[in-house]
Amino acid sequence: MSDDGLNLLRDLDYSILQQCMHCGMCLPTCPTYDATLNERSSPRGRIALMRAIADGELEAGVTFAEEMYFCLGCLACQTACPAGVDYAALFESARAEVERQGLLDGTVRNFVRRWILGWLFAKQTRLRAVARLLRAFQRSGLQTLARHSGLLRLLPFGLGNLEPLAPQISPRFTDQLYRRDLQQANPPAPRYRVALLAGCVQDISFAEVNADTICVLQHNGCQVLLPDGQACCGSLHAHNGAVEQAQQQARLNIDAFDTENLDAIVVNAGGCGLHCKHYDRLLADDPAYAKRAAVWSAKVKDVHEWLADIGLRQPRAAMPPQQVAYHESCHLKHGQRASAAPREVLQAVPNLQLVPLAEADWCCGSAGIYNITQPELSMQLLDRKMAHVCATGATAVATGNTGCAIQLQYGVRRAQAAVDVIHPVSLLAAAYRAENQGGTQCSTLA
Amino acid sequence: MDHAALISDLGTFLRPDQLLTSDEDCSVYAFDGTALLHQRPACVALPESREEISQLLVLCNQRGVPVVPRGSGTGLAGGSVPSQGGVALCLVRLNQILELDSANLVIVVQPGVLTQQIADAAQAAGLFYPPDPGSIKISTIGGNVANNSGGLRGLKYGVTRDYVMGLEVVLADGQVLETGNKCVKDVAGFTLKDLFIGSEGMLGVITKITLKLVPAPASKKTLLGLYDEMTQAAATVSAIIAQKIIPCTLEFLDRTTIECVEAHAGIGLPTDCEAVLLMEVDGHPAQVAEQAAQIEAIAREGGARSVRLAASDAEAQQLAAARRTAFSALARLAPTVVLEDVTVPRSELAAMVAYVQEVGQRHQVQVGTFGHFGDGNLHPTFLCDERDTEEMARVEKAMAEVFDHAVELGGTITGEHGVGLAKKPYLPGQLGPVGLEILKRVKTAFDPKGILNPGNMFD
Ligand SMILES: Cc1cc2nc3c(=O)[nH]c(=O)nc-3n(C[C@H](O)[C@H](O)[C@H](O)COP(=O)(O)OP(=O)(O)OC[C@H]3O[C@@H](n4cnc5c(N)ncnc54)[C@H](O)[C@@H]3O)c2cc1C
Ligand code: SF4
Ligand code: SF4
Repeated sequence: MSDDGLNLLRDLDYSILQQCMHCGMCLPTCPTYDATLNERSSPRGRIALMRAIADGELEAGVTFAEEMYFCLGCLACQTACPAGVDYAALFESARAEVERQGLLDGTVRNFVRRWILGWLFAKQTRLRAVARLLRAFQRSGLQTLARHSGLLRLLPFGLGNLEPLAPQISPRFTDQLYRRDLQQANPPAPRYRVALLAGCVQDISFAEVNADTICVLQHNGCQVLLPDGQACCGSLHAHNGAVEQAQQQARLNIDAFDTENLDAIVVNAGGCGLHCKHYDRLLADDPAYAKRAAVWSAKVKDVHEWLADIGLRQPRAAMPPQQVAYHESCHLKHGQRASAAPREVLQAVPNLQLVPLAEADWCCGSAGIYNITQPELSMQLLDRKMAHVCATGATAVATGNTGCAIQLQYGVRRAQAAVDVIHPVSLLAAAYRAENQGGTQCSTLA
Repeated sequence: MDHAALISDLGTFLRPDQLLTSDEDCSVYAFDGTALLHQRPACVALPESREEISQLLVLCNQRGVPVVPRGSGTGLAGGSVPSQGGVALCLVRLNQILELDSANLVIVVQPGVLTQQIADAAQAAGLFYPPDPGSIKISTIGGNVANNSGGLRGLKYGVTRDYVMGLEVVLADGQVLETGNKCVKDVAGFTLKDLFIGSEGMLGVITKITLKLVPAPASKKTLLGLYDEMTQAAATVSAIIAQKIIPCTLEFLDRTTIECVEAHAGIGLPTDCEAVLLMEVDGHPAQVAEQAAQIEAIAREGGARSVRLAASDAEAQQLAAARRTAFSALARLAPTVVLEDVTVPRSELAAMVAYVQEVGQRHQVQVGTFGHFGDGNLHPTFLCDERDTEEMARVEKAMAEVFDHAVELGGTITGEHGVGLAKKPYLPGQLGPVGLEILKRVKTAFDPKGILNPGNMFD
């Protein structure tokens, strides 16, 4: 099936594949190797498979395809690799090749890919429309009824199993929250002009995190814009081998933002931020967009990184004491190399004690839609994470990525733990808001 | 050879997830950490007990099927590269720490335990397991013993051999041999355990290891010396030793290596000097302070541009961790990294370093050199591209000359990585006919049919 001359792994710059000198230094950091002790499920093994396929020594088959989807894409191996192997590029090409060859084709999978990746997440208006229905369902009491009655099991394709993983839909979405007072709350003489990428799931389920991000930016001298027409960043598509759709999402966003006139495009979800930083690579061969994509990529900043860059202002309010653990999102830590900045944000919150979390940068099992595609390992990783979280005695665990937040919220429910899951920026926003009770210094929840 | 029959027989006592036969699985166990060597096995076995190993060996011995033991596959001489048509016997699932006996200062472990786990367990008990190869986070103790691996602390604390007190080994015919024990002294018969240390998987499969632990040093200090000339760094090392100071670590990195390590670690290593010496002393606080001062003075006299003391334990650890990545980090510069392991008497270090530079220039190949200077152990690393046959021929020549010169200076072709497949052609020159013949007789005594890692080290 493979040989129609076109092989994305063969097309990939061979030096990226060859860069791996199989030293094995990445193995102990890889959750799938840790779980299996099987070389095939290690970074070194996966790269060897890709190289064998690129060299024509191995046919890409179902085993290869499944292995590529067993990989979490957590990129812990990339941080560990002294040789500087660009595993992210390898991983995306490999999954794209799997999809190009249709190695895992099946009715359910094709249906889900077509409708969820291709339709639902393509336009934010669609996602919001569906989210409103879901919100009605969650509020109506039907959810509880459905859970207890076993009705969910009647849903096709085992979709009912996903229901407990689904996050709560926010009462209002990002634009409804801020459009009104965004203008007036922006600082009169801003130091910077930035735009927020509101995200897809973030927008419908964690709209308050977007509110908090805007608030924090405004308190740090930033004029914040919330461009219309923005869409899911496309990381979901890219990580699942749907390259063309990912490119389409990127173009939508590049069109929506007035990038030239911005100091930064701020992203508050680690996974989305990492993907946005790679728009340049994604659109490198698109003559109409390559240049704009390069400008875009250079301006994308994770919110913590941006705050560290511009110098974060210490809130003045007295806050109640709290103990918080920090879980490192893989794509923030390993992808964007932002590990100190989020901790600085947390430490800026008055009276907040940052308690050490064991294995803070070990994947929580969220990994995009891994909790849906590989529930078994995902839950093992989640239980391991929750055990560490609970051992800290912290009242909250902070994390800077939407996927992790959803997974940890589910973990809290599973473990019946009394722990809040919260974005670092939300803790900081609360401290700024406490400074001027009553004033409208920043865009806030009503 | 009939793979199907072999696999079906192995399948009678190994679960499907312990017996891997797909092309995909065989291709990922085809290599170790060594460049250029590659051979797919017929199948991969992942035993979980000594009994399974014994059964497997009985079967393979009857059938004359080659078996190549493997730990984490980080070896740098091709020692765990499988034999054609053979079984790759991967021991990583025997990964239990069986006992930590504080009364006798020993730890008993299975072979698949990672070296780092042993170091951590010892530390948690207030003890110390000193051998720390650069690969410590992933190498298995079985691999360490089979290669008699060194590390960054060899100068003062010795190598793996100095910590092995006892071994349990499954022999080629499936019998189990126990050799050594927890006793400090033991002269009952030949010290057979010593034969298995550095045996490269050719004499038996190690299934249990009793290791000596030592009390943790009360304090340590780490210094970083920067040099404008490599030979000055080499001379400093010789001077420290000549003054009868035994630091635990004297590691060396040349400019090429420093640049790569800094690109990976980003810890602010200086990239504008020709050589860096990482020096560590440990022991009683008063003695440590005195020796650190002495070393600093010697380094300055030796021409160091600057000598800096690590400000904290964390910084010291960061420096050591960065040093451990040297070899892999060099791969940033070239797709193929061929590394050597020559060791010379420490008085000859400066001469050897200068020679390596000269050879690289003469054959126009890029070389990065780093190594355990305190042990006289250098890792000249040739940076090349295996697809460029003309360049590889030059690398080959340069390597041969480096080996010859090391032997001329009274040194050895390999200090710690082993002979494996990579250095096999150079072994006769090093050992001479008598030495080689005795090795072969020992091999035959333990493994008459020659099923264990055949073709490794010698034919
Ligand atoms: C980045 C890097 C840094 C390194 N730094 C050092 C260093 O500082 N010092 C040093 O000495 N080495 C170093 N090495 C080399 C290597 O890590 C060591 O040789 C290590 O001991 C190999 O362990 P392993 O578990 O990977 O064994 P493998 O490579 O899998 O096997 C090594 C040999 O041991 C045999 N073997 C493995 N397990 C058993 C067993 N249970 N019974 C019998 N035979 C067995 C194999 O057949 C093979 O011959 C380094 C390697 C890398 C990649
Ligand atoms: S990915 Fe990097 S760390 Fe892992 S084996 Fe390859 S070179 Fe070594
Ligand atoms: S991305 Fe994560 S799961 Fe995948 S190979 Fe790397 S470390 Fe392993």
